Amino acid sequence: MAILQYQGCYISHTASTVGKIEAEGPLGTCFDLIERDPYFGEESWEKAESEMVHRTLNVLLKKAGKTPDDIDLILGGDLLNQCTASTFAVSELKIPFLGLYGACSTAAESLLIGSRFCCSGQTKRAIAFAGSHFCSSERQFRFPLEYGNQKTPTAQCTVTGAGAFLIDTEEDRGVEVCEGLVGRIVDNGVKDANNMGAAMATAAVDTILRYFDESGHKAEDFDCIVTGDLGAEGEEIAEVLLKKCGFDPQGRMTDCGMLIFDREKQDVNAGGSGCGCSATVTASYFYPKLRSGEIRDMLLIGTGALLSPRTVLQKESIPSVAHLVHLRRTQK
Amino acid sequence: MNKKDYLDYVSERSKKSRCLLNSIKAFFVGGLICALGQAFSDLYSHLGAEKSVASALASVSLIFLAGLLTGIGWFDVLAKFAGAGTLVPITGFANAVSSIAIESRSEGYVTGVCADMFKIAGPVIVFGTSLSVIYGIIYYFCI
Amino acid sequence: MTYVYSFLVGGLLCVFAQILIDKTKITPAYILVGYVCAGVVLSAVGLYEPFKEFAAAGATVPLTGFGNLLATGVREAVAEKGLFGALTGGLTATAAGITATICFAFLFSILFKSKQN
Repeated sequence: MAILQYQGCYISHTASTVGKIEAEGPLGTCFDLIERDPYFGEESWEKAESEMVHRTLNVLLKKAGKTPDDIDLILGGDLLNQCTASTFAVSELKIPFLGLYGACSTAAESLLIGSRFCCSGQTKRAIAFAGSHFCSSERQFRFPLEYGNQKTPTAQCTVTGAGAFLIDTEEDRGVEVCEGLVGRIVDNGVKDANNMGAAMATAAVDTILRYFDESGHKAEDFDCIVTGDLGAEGEEIAEVLLKKCGFDPQGRMTDCGMLIFDREKQDVNAGGSGCGCSATVTASYFYPKLRSGEIRDMLLIGTGALLSPRTVLQKESIPSVAHLVHLRRTQK
Repeated sequence: MNKKDYLDYVSERSKKSRCLLNSIKAFFVGGLICALGQAFSDLYSHLGAEKSVASALASVSLIFLAGLLTGIGWFDVLAKFAGAGTLVPITGFANAVSSIAIESRSEGYVTGVCADMFKIAGPVIVFGTSLSVIYGIIYYFCI
Repeated sequence: MTYVYSFLVGGLLCVFAQILIDKTKITPAYILVGYVCAGVVLSAVGLYEPFKEFAAAGATVPLTGFGNLLATGVREAVAEKGLFGALTGGLTATAAGITATICFAFLFSILFKSKQN
């Protein structure tokens, strides 16, 4: 069995923080915290990202009415080298920490692993989180912010945002993580770092097909099948490939990278990307819908393009991964 | 679908940049920057500089302006519009140096600003200088 | 008329680079290197001087003009000092531009902070 079955892993609370551009997007009113200062009051972009994650975690604890002592495990990551944004962000909390790197799939990856821990019965409560910052990502993966260049239409815009989930084994507030599927690395040969949607699309397709093959479910069983950050380009490719492979998503597919920005009005090319994209959209857009009963079943397929600035310069292809989690409303 | 078919499919379907529009924008902005350079050059000539000095001072003036616009955050906006129009004139070189210098300050002046300064623009100097040395050697022996 | 020619020639050099960027896989970094090298080579074979006479700043402001300065600097230095000039000519002729770039970049890194637009 490749699909992981979870029991009694509830997502009791979520929290999110976003920057100015995300707040101006179509989901702007959903998020818990909005910070218009891209520095988050700090001195460097890296510190800004840490501060953003730090604030998100504090909001989550506050919303849940918990102290760090109530949490047995915290796990998550970001896009920076050695996940430094996350480690600085959690250092004051003194909660046992696992740093994860799944590029933009980190939100799904942390939910997947965190729920597994909770399922084992040895962890009572865990926090899963992921965050990314436009400025620190541009610095690390692309060019300096003030450097003048034109982006191609397939390029995506890193979301400034952090999302966190409290996975609880005791408090059932209506949403649970019931299944998970760990993705396989898929390398389709795409080398263009400005077309990550095309690089990640095949990984998403691979995971979706594996899940539906093994589970026997149909697309109709889900209210939405949400990919992480394929963007306009990757989303279309994924749908075409799925249909070619005989799977009809019945128009239920949507993508966090497309939801978070208005591509007509905002200068974001193919849409949003980054760990913060699927983390914030899931935490603050889909989670409330699950709780209210507007949707009952959703699949989150976190997609990650596992490139480094070095491998891109060495003209290597972009290996990609897609992790799946099945979120479900518990009360019928 | 094998890798090659997929790559062909991806490159065929991906929207290309709007070359015609970009070229028109590049033409006007690039042309204006050169005309501005000429204006500086004439100004310095008028003030009594000889031709080569006036031309060099014109470049220095454009470098200053490009650096200043980079610093206040306008250059990247202009470059997003103009593309090669700001890249090809000396302004592109100045922007490549000053943008990373400004950003690297968080790593300190010595280990950040100064160490990173030529990370993007360095190849221009290395290739240009090396090629000029080769030309000098050829010129010496052949002419 | 000098202004018209500067504008037209400078603009066309930019258009050529824009087409290369949009239609081929050549990245801006290679464009800059290519333009400087083209400037050196065109000057070496004697094509750049007449071009400069005609286009004035349209030929000196683009990076090909930087290549032209390198090449003419080397040629003059070799004529004056012999082979040693091959080492000194290029950077001597371009010193103003390079030094200004370094000093201004350093100055602006002190005055300004990186920001998101």
